[in-house]
Amino acid sequence: MTGIGRVELAARIAQDIPEGSYVNLGIGAPTLVANHLPEGLEIILHTENGLLGMGRAPEPGRVDPDLINAGKQPVTALPGAAYFHHADSFGMMRGGHLDICVLGAFQVSSAGDLANWSTGAPGAIPAVGGAMDLAIGAKNVWVMTDLLTRDGSSKLVAECTYPLTGVGCVSRVYTDRAVFDVTDGGFRVRELLGDTTVAELEQLTALTLEERS
Amino acid sequence: MIDKTVSTVAEAVAGIEDGSTIMIGGFGRAGQPVELIDALIDQGASDLTVVSNNAGNGDLGLAALLARGRVRRMICSFPRQHDSWVFDGLFRAGQIELEVVPQGNLAERIRAAGAGIGAFFTPTGVGTELAAGKEERVIDGRRYVLDYPIKADVALIAAYRGDRWGNLVYRETARNFGPIMAAAATTAVAQVDHVVELGALDPESVVTPGIFVNRVVAVSPRRWVENGEFVGGVDVDGEPLEVAR
Repeated sequence: MTGIGRVELAARIAQDIPEGSYVNLGIGAPTLVANHLPEGLEIILHTENGLLGMGRAPEPGRVDPDLINAGKQPVTALPGAAYFHHADSFGMMRGGHLDICVLGAFQVSSAGDLANWSTGAPGAIPAVGGAMDLAIGAKNVWVMTDLLTRDGSSKLVAECTYPLTGVGCVSRVYTDRAVFDVTDGGFRVRELLGDTTVAELEQLTALTLEERS
Repeated sequence: MIDKTVSTVAEAVAGIEDGSTIMIGGFGRAGQPVELIDALIDQGASDLTVVSNNAGNGDLGLAALLARGRVRRMICSFPRQHDSWVFDGLFRAGQIELEVVPQGNLAERIRAAGAGIGAFFTPTGVGTELAAGKEERVIDGRRYVLDYPIKADVALIAAYRGDRWGNLVYRETARNFGPIMAAAATTAVAQVDHVVELGALDPESVVTPGIFVNRVVAVSPRRWVENGEFVGGVDVDGEPLEVAR
């Protein structure tokens, strides 16, 4: 069984973002989604450090240290962009104004709980940033992740064992093997990717999965 | 005549006492008031509580203040970064206290202090270990936890242009915590790239009204420094400054 690569997955997610959406792409793999948004569609990217209408990385030599994204990487601002302070920016999240947020994950539970900020390892320095705000801060919270960790355990779980970022907040999970919706009855397979089968997914996750009817 | 401008960064940070709570603006390096932090290091106040999103980058600015052992306690959302070695070392050695606050709650707690709000219920962090021990309430079917304002004795922030009444405008994403920290502090100190004449700022576009600001100091041209080298800046009209090669 093979799934799809990370870039393909980013492109797959980008297909599901409608024109006119206000979208926050989390640090890490989710930022790849920006490279695959359809040309010509107006989709407005939010970066929580204070910008709506974020554009691509600047050309070399055009870096402006005042203009960065939440990952502290240099970016550009599109025509129509707006700047705002942190309290307004996080108000946009909590207040339900963002349409979609795409985040990475350590674990997602069948109840939609998300763990993505800490492995709880002893001696680790805790650092949460905006993770907990993002987890509860959009109408649709999507997770982008590999289905399995490096050691082969499932990131989709019955209950999270890592410290939680948010409770019951995830609505959809895009993995390299399949796309899942989080429903009242647990994970429902929305779309199989690569040559994956539902039986294989159930074996890998040790979960009973609903199939899309 | 009101004139909140001071001519040196030393005057701008004069009188800060040991044991003070200091808010320091910036998200990463954007909006970090490096010149004011350097002046605070020279000024000598210690046993400080610092409220800032991050806990220092590299060896300059906030990291330099931490390295000198002036800070007893950090309140921040994201201390650990690839270049936060100064903080990491102090924390692991047990030489600094840390309170981690989700970024949006940190911003709202600062905003609440400046706006005279006694406490507020936030949905961020509900059900997580960062909400442990906090009062929880269900309002209109949604779970919230109670959080309290954070106020400060002094805020050190960086803006782009300011006038002698303390009105400020910022530049791009360097705005971040500036406006809310200015309002939440007893004494708000702004370093600006350019002090402009009263009336030069469009009243429709003033971001922080001068009522929130106590001292303004120009550090023009602000240093954009990478690896010890001046790499640029912008003039009062937002045009890039010449970089000497």
